[in-house]
Amino acid sequence: MAKGTIHNKDVFLNEIAGKLGRERRKDVTLPRWQHQPQWEVYKNDSPDDLLAIFRQSSQAKDAHVVETDRANLAETLQKVVDAYGGESIVATNDDRFAAYGLNDVLDTNHTHRWDTALGAENIEKANAANIGIFFGDIGLAESGTIVQFNDKDIARSVSLLPITYIAIVPKSSIVPRMTQAAHEVHKQVEAGKDIATCINFISGPSNSADIEMDIVVGVHGPVKAVYLVVE
Amino acid sequence: MAMKIGEKPFFDRVDDALENDFMRNAMASAQDRLRDKKLDATERDDEIGDWEEWRSAGEEIRRHTLENLDYYLDQLSENFAAKGGHVYFAKTAEDANRYIQEVARKKDAKHVTKSKSMVTEEIGLNEALEDVGCHVHETDLAEYILQVDDTDRPSHIVVPSLHKNKEQIRDTFKSKAGYTGTEEPSELTAFARSQLRDVFLEADIGITGCNFAVAESGSISLATNEGNANMVTSYPDTQITVMGMERLVPTWDELDVLINLLSRSAVGQKITTYVTNLTPGVEEDCVDAPKEFHLVILDAGRSNALGTEFQSALHCIRCAACVNVCPVYRQIGGHAYGSIYQGPIGAVLSPILGGYEEYGELPYASSLCAACTEACPVKIPLHEQLIRHRENYVAEQGKPKAGEKLSMKAFGIGASTPSLFQIAVKGAPTFLKPFVKDGSISNGPGPMKPWTAIREFPAPGKDNFRSWFKEHKRGRK
Ligand code: SF4
Repeated sequence: MAKGTIHNKDVFLNEIAGKLGRERRKDVTLPRWQHQPQWEVYKNDSPDDLLAIFRQSSQAKDAHVVETDRANLAETLQKVVDAYGGESIVATNDDRFAAYGLNDVLDTNHTHRWDTALGAENIEKANAANIGIFFGDIGLAESGTIVQFNDKDIARSVSLLPITYIAIVPKSSIVPRMTQAAHEVHKQVEAGKDIATCINFISGPSNSADIEMDIVVGVHGPVKAVYLVVE
Repeated sequence: MAMKIGEKPFFDRVDDALENDFMRNAMASAQDRLRDKKLDATERDDEIGDWEEWRSAGEEIRRHTLENLDYYLDQLSENFAAKGGHVYFAKTAEDANRYIQEVARKKDAKHVTKSKSMVTEEIGLNEALEDVGCHVHETDLAEYILQVDDTDRPSHIVVPSLHKNKEQIRDTFKSKAGYTGTEEPSELTAFARSQLRDVFLEADIGITGCNFAVAESGSISLATNEGNANMVTSYPDTQITVMGMERLVPTWDELDVLINLLSRSAVGQKITTYVTNLTPGVEEDCVDAPKEFHLVILDAGRSNALGTEFQSALHCIRCAACVNVCPVYRQIGGHAYGSIYQGPIGAVLSPILGGYEEYGELPYASSLCAACTEACPVKIPLHEQLIRHRENYVAEQGKPKAGEKLSMKAFGIGASTPSLFQIAVKGAPTFLKPFVKDGSISNGPGPMKPWTAIREFPAPGKDNFRSWFKEHKRGRK
């Protein structure tokens, strides 16, 4: 993207500085925070402990957790697909499907693989799909959350439009909480990298409690969520 | 429309509200549930350690950010624009609306989808867009309900339709939207889903508010549950995000802390179902991302608080925890405040944004029990600010007119209908007790004295409030 535009910045910021009773600040160093409770949470937990916490918090968010290992992944994925009604399936365009030996399963189930060359057709397919399949980049134990770094191939629609999504989560990607994932992004920024244009933290199916505080699962996004954790 | 709700004077609205038992019961039960959920996810959740530590972390971050607001806004805007986004600094609501209208005109936009945003409600953006021929679709379930009901106004900053029960919602959907189902929340929700799915995919512009912007990367963070914000920001070609100028954090590390405080305090969740973080810079051939991304950064009176005793009011992260414990809100409900910002934070913020002339009476909608201050995840001294506002209001208005009339009315001496003050007294600290008889002041000091007294007394302890709350929870009154 070409550089964008900024309107009225100096007038606006000069006024703020004036109200704060000083000149504009051009250089501010982030203080070392006195309080950082976030790093203490599940600090010493092992990968097995984290998985146990992840399992529990995911279930609390109405996500169905299925555990398997790499050798049985393809077979397990097929079982999950069948259990959730199969039919129309979309998947992100992700090399990890090949790396994890999942191409055959996707093909036998006539999965639509996201392909930017097809343009809006991808969205139509995802909107009509029963199941969307993608890889989670990071799992958060505390809240049963999947973090997804979306781009043109790892499309947002796959986790958003179908009735059910299946997120494949490597066990090794599970960290204590949002703290570690956010810090990862912070490190990318510090290293001068372009971060993903959409970094999605998703915890279970969409829901709402806007009517008399009753939780209803499945509002505008998916109605069901499955986390397929791979050892 | 915009920030103001209704035309009646404040105390008349209060009396109206007090006569509405139905609404008050609904408020009381909603408040109990929200408050309980929050406690389970904060003080009572051992997994996260000491909640007080988290509050201090939040306070520290917000204080530093606001003290260096010009610096971080500069950084945010430069990073946002470097990636191809467009930033517009808007001094007033009108400036913001004009800019957004201009974008809509250029795009020849017909359909606009919106995810929940109090700030766009504050500036009256929907009306501004309708003026240039756009059809605006609210997509957050609560906002959708209000919109279907002929644009009813929000009564709570997190759950704007809190004043409506499921039967009312069913009836509204039936008479206004052709709904034929029951009052089951799942059925009502499914209806909204079916009504909005195609709208999402076909809209020309998507508009969001902003929970937090991240200065270091030029990103916008949205905390939601329904999936509608993701819809709004994935399919239209143009995205416009409107943020109050104070809603930002320096880096992703601080974003983590504040998302945690917000999710737990607002809805009692460890994290909201979606935390969607968007940064401009889409690849040209990306199919499900906007091609154009605008960020409108709004002052609209916020800077009035900078450099004053009210600066920390800008630390607010709009979680409504203070609203959910307020004994006065419980009794008078959201609409009585006459502002889209209700409860303790509404009573502090509305006069800052809209002036004393319009909102100067709101700070009297408090018993000064300090439950709000205790609940606030970023430790804003809300009840102290309410007192400062009262002092300013009396000093500014000065004349007997406002001062006298207000105090007489407020203290409800001899008033025949239940007045705000009687409610306030019920929740008031024990030091007022000697003067209180049958819920009103019978032989106390003159009308103005109690305020003097309150000003000089330290904030009451929480036990007092807790016992009050318990008692009232039982009676649901
Ligand atoms: S003042 Fe504090 S408790 Fe009230 S809404 Fe703002 S952050 Fe939440």
